[in-house]
Amino acid sequence: MIARLLALMITLCCGLPALAADPDDLPGLIEQLHTRDYAAMEQTVNTIAATGDPRAVAVLQALSDGDLYYRKSDDKVFIARKADSGNDLLDPLTGAFVENVGRRDARKIGINNSMRRALRGALGSLTLLSPDPKVRATAAQSLFKSPDPGAVEALGLAIAAEKDEAIRTAMEEAQAASVLLSDSDDATKITAIQSLADRGGRDALSLLKGIPDTATGPVKAAAAEGVESIEAALALWSTAQNIYYGISLGSVLLMAAIGLAITFGVMGVINMAHGEMVMLGAYTTYVVQEIIRNNAPGMFEFSLAIAVPLAFLVSGSVGVLIERTVIRYLYGRALETLLATWGVSLIIQQLVRSIFGPTNKEVGNPDFMSGAVQLGEMTMTYNRLWIIVFALVVLAMLMLVLKRTPLGLQMRAVTQNRRMAGAMGIRTDRVDALTFGLGSGIAGMAGVALSQIDNVSPNLGQSYIIDSFMVVVFGGVGNLWGTLVGALSLGIANKFLEPYAGAVLAKILVLVAIILFIQKRPRGLFALKGRAVES
Amino acid sequence: MRGLVFRAFDRGGMIFLGILFGLILLLALSNLIMPVGHPLHAPTYLVSLIGKYLTYALLALSVDLIWGFCGILSLGHGAFFALGGYAMGMYLMRQIGDRGVYGNPELPDFMVFLNYSELPWYWHGFDMFWFAAIMIVFVPGLLAFIFGWFAFRSRVTGVYLSIITQAMTYALMLAFFRNNMGFGGNNGLTDFKDLLGFDLQNDGTRVGLLFASAMALGLGFLICKAVTRSKYGKVITAIRDAESRTRFLGYRVDRYKLAVFTLSACMAGVAGALYVPQVGIINPSEFTPANSIEVVIWVAVGGRGTLYGAVIGAILVNYAKTYLTGALPEIWLFALGGLFVFVTLFLPRGIVGAVNGSGDGGPSPIMTKVRDWRAARAMEGRS
Repeated sequence: MIARLLALMITLCCGLPALAADPDDLPGLIEQLHTRDYAAMEQTVNTIAATGDPRAVAVLQALSDGDLYYRKSDDKVFIARKADSGNDLLDPLTGAFVENVGRRDARKIGINNSMRRALRGALGSLTLLSPDPKVRATAAQSLFKSPDPGAVEALGLAIAAEKDEAIRTAMEEAQAASVLLSDSDDATKITAIQSLADRGGRDALSLLKGIPDTATGPVKAAAAEGVESIEAALALWSTAQNIYYGISLGSVLLMAAIGLAITFGVMGVINMAHGEMVMLGAYTTYVVQEIIRNNAPGMFEFSLAIAVPLAFLVSGSVGVLIERTVIRYLYGRALETLLATWGVSLIIQQLVRSIFGPTNKEVGNPDFMSGAVQLGEMTMTYNRLWIIVFALVVLAMLMLVLKRTPLGLQMRAVTQNRRMAGAMGIRTDRVDALTFGLGSGIAGMAGVALSQIDNVSPNLGQSYIIDSFMVVVFGGVGNLWGTLVGALSLGIANKFLEPYAGAVLAKILVLVAIILFIQKRPRGLFALKGRAVES
Repeated sequence: MRGLVFRAFDRGGMIFLGILFGLILLLALSNLIMPVGHPLHAPTYLVSLIGKYLTYALLALSVDLIWGFCGILSLGHGAFFALGGYAMGMYLMRQIGDRGVYGNPELPDFMVFLNYSELPWYWHGFDMFWFAAIMIVFVPGLLAFIFGWFAFRSRVTGVYLSIITQAMTYALMLAFFRNNMGFGGNNGLTDFKDLLGFDLQNDGTRVGLLFASAMALGLGFLICKAVTRSKYGKVITAIRDAESRTRFLGYRVDRYKLAVFTLSACMAGVAGALYVPQVGIINPSEFTPANSIEVVIWVAVGGRGTLYGAVIGAILVNYAKTYLTGALPEIWLFALGGLFVFVTLFLPRGIVGAVNGSGDGGPSPIMTKVRDWRAARAMEGRS
């Protein structure tokens, strides 16, 4: 009953600006707050709210928080702040420091529960009518999160006055949420339910689910319908979110596997040291960032842009070195290559461990990589988004190199028929070294990307090597499109299994599925056909 | 059948078995008879260490059987080894009874800790040794049979097979790391007390386990010898050298491969089972792909395609590992990595192949040099 009365009063005060007190009276009104008569105090609060003066917010907030004091000597009202000794008194309107008084020299203005409710309504209408659109938006949102039946009318007024489309929608939703808790008639409530159902989201869902059992039939039915439609929408969003997570994981797998698609897919070299090339790329990023931190902290935003080409060069030249010293003696002996490159991987790992130590290294995210964007019910972090973009760009560039450059032409020629290519004047051993270098270099670039989302430690490469092989084998050896499709489908399959099976079991299931798949199609999704297969 | 047995006991086999048991006997005597502190006394840790090496040697033998003779490079044999080890570990856990920290007569400690109310179904029967002993052979064998059945029938060969065996052991590792698998999660099974009633901390039990390992290794050696020297073994070798041709000659290649792969997995399981009581723990890290690849290098160092080469390789590399990880821990991975590269580049048939040129046919590099040199001498003499 009191709430209704209050709402009525707020309506009266807000709705009839002619009656509204002159903002110039605010100092006088504030002095009137010092009273024991709660009915009078309520009247004053409402009058203050009606001024619409933004300065009043602090005063009413202080009153509601129990921070509004009066000075005993002259009964003037101040906002008090706890100080080391006694209280600091602040001017209620400007917030300026006035003086420090002893604890007994100023007293709190007491309020009761009904006052608190009145204050909430008054504050709501003050902020809802604030000239600052940000304040209005926040007020509407906070009312939506914690709806208040007393604010329905205030919201109605604010909606009528609101010019900003987005804020008005927010206010309407807040009003709908508040109506649900009030004792308005069924028709109003059903309209409110529909507007909430249109908004969707988890908050609306919990509001609709929170409708008390005492609700009448039609309201209940409308609420159930609303819940259903929101849940359907949420299920759709969660599917979308899973697909996004899947693509994100897929892009990580793609990054790790593209280089392998060159060394294993195109050259047929089982490079077990591939993971270490990724690791070297990540450590290059670390070194670049360390140098920038120590010498030119302002350049930090560009650290990744500097690290990408450097990582390509570092891993690429290590790759060429490995090819020239080990792998070239082992062409045609795939199993031996596997063992030798495994040995190389152990050496590189231990080398990095000896130089940088066995612990994780701190690699920072530049500003454009941190933060997240909210799309409906989906959260997308910027670092994952950039990695998706980066993986696709690298794949596209690699395809261009293979299809459109002389080096790419020579690589394909050597892959298809080594002796014929040699007879045509291609220096096959040089092409071998460059191809291996290219694959390793791309692995290094992947390392830069992975350093942003994973721990940079000597074991970094180990955790990706099996996944990378799975992607390449699943997608089909010697086919970059296959690698893309393989990486994305493995990523998505993994993320869709996770909610049902948990992360580890999902991974196991995917591994088992690949093992079974290879039985069915030993050459992967997109198998090369023809003589090349026979070797 | 008699022919098969006789073939196993050829001169090389007898020499191998003689050396093996001679050394084991000496070690056992010096541990049990010589008083502690005597210069000829072998400390118990040495007995267990040699026992561990022997189980590794059996594992290497099983890898050599499929890689050296059939050309199947398994990078997942550690999985069969670990499964055998887990079967033994489960028996040993059940033997603890109510002597555990929580004193539960039925449930092992980790299950009490993880709030299990009763024993998972697959733990039943492991309180009986004969059952555990069957499982030690049966579980790895069954996994290998199913895996091989799919893989060999669809003609997954070469590196593809290597990669999926690696994926298999990786998947098993992830699975065994899970706490709710009921295998002790990441701590594995440990704190064993006794085996068949013998206290595992006792010197006598240790020596007994050493003998058991030597027996298993000897038996495995004889089986491999018998298999590879039989007609069946000739087909296996033919598959290694020219799989398609063997198939075209009418042999069911997939069945031969499946049989030898399963046999090899059973041997690996036995090796694992003997390994566990000697080191006192089994945990999921035994499944790591790196372990399985390491086994391959033991075989490669010793010389694949020669059975005693695999044994020598396993013992040598592991001795080097024990020494280096103790004395110069930084160096070990460099040495192991270097070994992989060096052996594949310069000793494709391992130490044994380099020394005497036997093994998978053809003379060794050293013997070739010697023959060339002789031929040159002969030419000089004639002219």
